[in-house]
Amino acid sequence: MAVKDYIREKFFPHIWCPGCGHGIIMGGLIRAIETLQKEKNDIVIVSGIGCSSRICGYLDFHTLHTIHGRALAFATGVKLSRPELTVIAPMGDGDAFAIGGNHLIHAARRNIDITAIIMNNNIYGMTGGQYSPSTGYGEFATTAPYSNIDHPFDFVNLAIGAGASFVARTTTYHVTSMIKIIEKAIMHHGFSVVEIMSQCPTYFGRKNKFASAVEMLKYYRDHTTPIGSKDKKNNPDLIERGIFIEKEMPEYCDEYDKIIKMASKGE
Amino acid sequence: MKDNVVFVQGNEAIVEAALYAGLNFFAGYPITPSTEIAELLSLRLPQKGGKFIQMEDELSSMCAIIGASLTGKKSMTATSGPGFSLKQEAIGFAVMTETPSVIVNVQRGGPSTGLPTSGSQGDVMQAKWGTHGEHAIITMTASNNQDAFAVTVDAFNLSETFRTPVILLFDEVVAHTRERLVIPKPDEIKVIQRLKTSVKEGTDYHPYLPREDGRLPMSDFGGVHRYNVTGLAHDMWGFPTTDSTTVYNLMHHLVDKIQGHTKEIARTKEYYLDDAECLLISYGSSARTALHVTEDRRLRGEKIGLLELQTLWPFPAEEVKKKCLNASCVIVVEMNMGQILHEVKKAIDDPEKVFLANQINGSFIKPSDVLNIIRIIQGRGA
Ligand code: SF4
Repeated sequence: MAVKDYIREKFFPHIWCPGCGHGIIMGGLIRAIETLQKEKNDIVIVSGIGCSSRICGYLDFHTLHTIHGRALAFATGVKLSRPELTVIAPMGDGDAFAIGGNHLIHAARRNIDITAIIMNNNIYGMTGGQYSPSTGYGEFATTAPYSNIDHPFDFVNLAIGAGASFVARTTTYHVTSMIKIIEKAIMHHGFSVVEIMSQCPTYFGRKNKFASAVEMLKYYRDHTTPIGSKDKKNNPDLIERGIFIEKEMPEYCDEYDKIIKMASKGE
Repeated sequence: MKDNVVFVQGNEAIVEAALYAGLNFFAGYPITPSTEIAELLSLRLPQKGGKFIQMEDELSSMCAIIGASLTGKKSMTATSGPGFSLKQEAIGFAVMTETPSVIVNVQRGGPSTGLPTSGSQGDVMQAKWGTHGEHAIITMTASNNQDAFAVTVDAFNLSETFRTPVILLFDEVVAHTRERLVIPKPDEIKVIQRLKTSVKEGTDYHPYLPREDGRLPMSDFGGVHRYNVTGLAHDMWGFPTTDSTTVYNLMHHLVDKIQGHTKEIARTKEYYLDDAECLLISYGSSARTALHVTEDRRLRGEKIGLLELQTLWPFPAEEVKKKCLNASCVIVVEMNMGQILHEVKKAIDDPEKVFLANQINGSFIKPSDVLNIIRIIQGRGA
């Protein structure tokens, strides 16, 4: 199938600004699914609220566009009631780690087989550029006109700490590895977290002196490095990308099936 | 004793009824005084292949049951007081997306943490207006275990029929009172299954295009029709829209499908109404006290009767109006400061004959709380 076979063209044009990274992520997600040759009817996309979450409507799968921060809670209901479905939850940084942070750490702890894709643009784009839990110290936003004094989360370490069995980071500049990582995350049997650094030229870019989307992509190129690279040793400020954790752990729906077996014997 | 006769508390009756109605998925979070519902379902649901999950909070419990319901499973959550407040946003999502779901709220004293182990009926208005935005919702209640069973089955049936969240507004007294329950035989109470679409695979399915009768046949998530579900105002495909005609029609559909069926949804019980000059109107556990007063005064020859409401929303205004017509005084008996009182006053032509007998101090409303009001009305002093 071609990429356009996965898209609901009748709902275009999309709402994203020119240069927005979210379209690149959508393209990456589609290519990953295409490579995996998944049936469209077996895929459920559950998103929250924000620019990122609008990805839902454009994809020709079962799509559930929910409320701010709760995508993973809805996704848990879908997955636990129909474990055979492939459930993917694209979320923004504020969606996943501010208002929805609780659901993310608990989904990780349960190790339920859902793929969480964090489209991290370090800002609340839909509401016009307020600082998010990944806006850096000293950066600017419409609610941080003097400079941000909050310290950002490291999503990767947070997800690892919460017990996620697959954790990765990539960027919209590194599209080929992004596709590979999404493929692996979907195939992983357990909770996966993929952080994708994604440019918001309209708000984060403008507020933080990036001249264009291209400048932001170059920033991703120049300020990230593969996990454990030599460059990282020389320059500890570089952000690592790649797969940080990929381990086998009992998956929640499998475990629940064992409970059902135990319980129905007891009856 | 026959084995379908059990001695249980209200929370257990609710569980039995939910299973009878075909409950398949439950998500919840511990809170007094509804916790027994979750505990019991964690034991019972997996025995029939159903799913139970204790979520990380109240919000996610509501979200999880919506997700499960979309895949075609009958779903429920249960909570009390503060937990009911926390669920409100997601309840609105179920309203907007027309996702069948049942929410039990075992009311306790509020506001805030209030009186966690005391009965109250303070959430009547919250059940109707708790989530933001114009909408309509179904809310039911009962005063004893047998009725709690019946209205719980009803709640599932109405939820499927009207594609709406239904709130079961019980209270601590009913939930924790142990009494006899006769579990109906299978098929004794009708259990309604979800209306599924007959649209074939490959043919365009419009998830939000109402049929002529206003109903919307569903298609399970994960099935053969792929469509979008959103809490945004949406068109017949479930795709976001701001088109004024589409939004206008959607709003009307959401409200009319419930308000337009008030008669069909209304459940009431009547005691000694025929010649009643003094009419008590009550619901939930308060109706137990109201019934006691009614029977006691009848023995003394007083013409008193009781109208017990089991459907609170949509409010059965027409029926209340009819029943109040011949009464010289109407007393609403409830454990709040008059939430149903005002509905009754609105419903009838002579609101000055409507009075309130209530209790809000955390103790269960007593017959004397009602008798004092009757005496004042009759000019005999308190
Ligand atoms: S505001 Fe930012 S995140 Fe939102 S669509 Fe525009 S560029 Fe993308």
